[in-house]
Amino acid sequence: MTELRRVPQQAASDGNDASPALMLDVRHLPSFGFGHRSLMWWSTVCLMLIEGTVFAIAAMTYFYLRSLTVHWPLNAAPPALVWGSANTAVLMLSMWPNQLAKRAADRQDRVRSRLWLSVCLLFAVVFLVLRGFEFAALNVTWYANAYGSVVWLLLGLHTTHLITDTVDTAVLAVLLFTGPFEGKRFVDVSENALYWYFVVLSWLPIYAVLYVAPRL
Amino acid sequence: MRLQLAQPGNRLVGPELYNQLFTIHGTTMMFLFAVPIMQAVATWLVPLMIGARSVAFPRMNAYAYWVFVFGGLTLYVAFLLGAGPDAGWFSYVPLAGPDYSTGKGVDIWAQMITFTELSALLEAVVLITTIFKLRSPGMSLNRMPLFVWATLVTQFMVLFAMPAVMLGSTALILDRLVGTHFYNAARGGDVLLWQHLFWFFGHPEVYLIFIPPLGILSSIIPVFARRPIFGYPAMVLALIMTAFLAFGLWVHHMFATSIPALGKSFFTAASLMIAIPSGVQIFCWLATLWSGRLNLKTPLWFTLGFFFILVLGGMTGVMLSSVSLDLQVHDTYFVVAHLHYVLLGGAVFPLFGAFYYWFPKATGRLMSEMLGRIQFWLFFIGFNVTFFPMHLLGLLGMPRRVWTYPHGMGWDSMNMTATIGAWTLGLSVLIFVVNVIRSYRHGELAGSDPWGAGTLEWSTTSPPPPHNFDALPVVHGRDPLWEPGAQPAYVSGLAAESREVLSTTALDALPDLRLLFPSPSIWPFISAVATTVLFIGSIFSPWAVVWGSVPVAVALIGWFWPTRAQNRRAVQLEQRP
Repeated sequence: MTELRRVPQQAASDGNDASPALMLDVRHLPSFGFGHRSLMWWSTVCLMLIEGTVFAIAAMTYFYLRSLTVHWPLNAAPPALVWGSANTAVLMLSMWPNQLAKRAADRQDRVRSRLWLSVCLLFAVVFLVLRGFEFAALNVTWYANAYGSVVWLLLGLHTTHLITDTVDTAVLAVLLFTGPFEGKRFVDVSENALYWYFVVLSWLPIYAVLYVAPRL
Repeated sequence: MRLQLAQPGNRLVGPELYNQLFTIHGTTMMFLFAVPIMQAVATWLVPLMIGARSVAFPRMNAYAYWVFVFGGLTLYVAFLLGAGPDAGWFSYVPLAGPDYSTGKGVDIWAQMITFTELSALLEAVVLITTIFKLRSPGMSLNRMPLFVWATLVTQFMVLFAMPAVMLGSTALILDRLVGTHFYNAARGGDVLLWQHLFWFFGHPEVYLIFIPPLGILSSIIPVFARRPIFGYPAMVLALIMTAFLAFGLWVHHMFATSIPALGKSFFTAASLMIAIPSGVQIFCWLATLWSGRLNLKTPLWFTLGFFFILVLGGMTGVMLSSVSLDLQVHDTYFVVAHLHYVLLGGAVFPLFGAFYYWFPKATGRLMSEMLGRIQFWLFFIGFNVTFFPMHLLGLLGMPRRVWTYPHGMGWDSMNMTATIGAWTLGLSVLIFVVNVIRSYRHGELAGSDPWGAGTLEWSTTSPPPPHNFDALPVVHGRDPLWEPGAQPAYVSGLAAESREVLSTTALDALPDLRLLFPSPSIWPFISAVATTVLFIGSIFSPWAVVWGSVPVAVALIGWFWPTRAQNRRAVQLEQRP
């Protein structure tokens, strides 16, 4: 039998003692599935919960330190808006190729998956370069005071995510070009896209903390 | 430590070594023993209880294990080299900051935190995924054993609690190594920030230690009362409520600091509220025991010991949640007594019970009942002789963390009593070790279900085969072995010569996917070694974070990259959705 239904022991063996025991046959089941059917989805969601908590606690640290003083930022000008805002735009735009890569993966289309992953990588190069300019435009060093320490921490944490996500995406894109290939790589592309969304969308509150909060 | 404190004015160890000893003791017990052992027990037991052949992500499991081992080795190697941390297990700043702790000890401590928390977080991901996706068909959430529920709840707490201490210890090490000012009041930082970050983790941590034993007790009690657990839904809800409340308590560790009075009142109320779900569970267990027919074996003795000790520890806990009393006994031996009553009562007694209960499953042989009872009584008496006098010592004003004290304070005899109790505890553990070794070799053969228990782990052979179950079971009720047989009883159709596992839906556990799991690999070990190089290197040079990440990345890519043989097999078995 292929569906899970309770059959009482007696009923199953009634009538004919030689009737074979019923087994739950799972031969026909697929070997991979998307979304919450896949184990990778669960681990990615757990990872997002962990890292979201890290971001939230870092932001709370920022406001805790701010609550201790009347002058904020401490002895420094707020970060320059231009690079951070430009980078926000690039990050938001990168959700477009990311969505296309996800859609191609969900349709199990290897050629389009690797094409859009490659486009995502181009965006990654741009936002990593812009991130360098952002650090330079923070207008404070990490060793100047506690304000400097916490803004470098926030920006550093998010940059770590940008770098790891870029490396992940690059490895996956190369694998899609060179093989060895199997169907469950489509799940990997799909989960990679989910994580990309997390990295981009978690940037928005961090942007607000770093660039808007010191101006309020 | 107890030898040093046995007599006033003792010179057995000096103050520096004593500081290192209590720091290493607290750190080991909290970070290397209590939380990891609960995850370790769960990693072995959960797949057996839910009828799975493996945990999810076996390679990540291996990586987490090696990272944990290397983190523990780091701490002990540093201690033996004389560079052990000495600022207490919670390393309060400014004492632990760059100005007052100049050696490498606190850096080692902070990196050890990074190691163990990384390992714990990964293990939490492994367990959550295992519990949601690898349960045997038919084991819907409302049929899950309570130990599995307790594990699930605990792992979610790990996800939300551990990041706080990782961030806090990272900020500490940044303050110490690259000159940031998170905790430096002169440059706008704040020392209380450390206490908030630490205790936002530290209080939930108590429940990371305490909730899995609740699951252990809920496994032992019905078996030795010979009836299903009383109030299963109430038990599950109480576990979840405890987990939520645990995050609203952290400030009660900070009543002696300059936080607003309103805050203190709030946290007092929250601390008292935790008594509600704890009470629900206690009464459900009592109802189970009351209405059952008791089979009084060693595991149940340890359970009864748990009730006694934890109630005492809980009562001093209620006393400490009152701000005025807390201020009186803050930093005295009263707190030492309280925390040992809660932690040993809440974790060590159930763990011993668990050891006696599941030993036959793990080894195929029963432990000696007589030695078990002797050990229990020695442990129970020794524990009370050691820690009960500490309540009185605390009320008499003896402070914590002193390496010695002068004669004539009225503390002498009670300290001597406590030391005698500590030797009794040592003797009890020695008997336990003898019992384990003897039973492992010559113990009575157990068979698959020596206690007449109802959960799935007792349906397979003792010890279980590497794949846990020859035929995957199908579940039709909450206590499968206690219910009338029903069909289908087993799963068929998984590839026998490959590591194929069955994945089921998250809520109802209906068969969903046939997954091919990876074969063993050296890469998780290499990745853990590379991670260790990065973490240790960063204590000596911040640039290690940059160059050290290259081998880590290479190892992780090597881990991910599929081999031809694996790929061929996967393609053969592939069935697209």
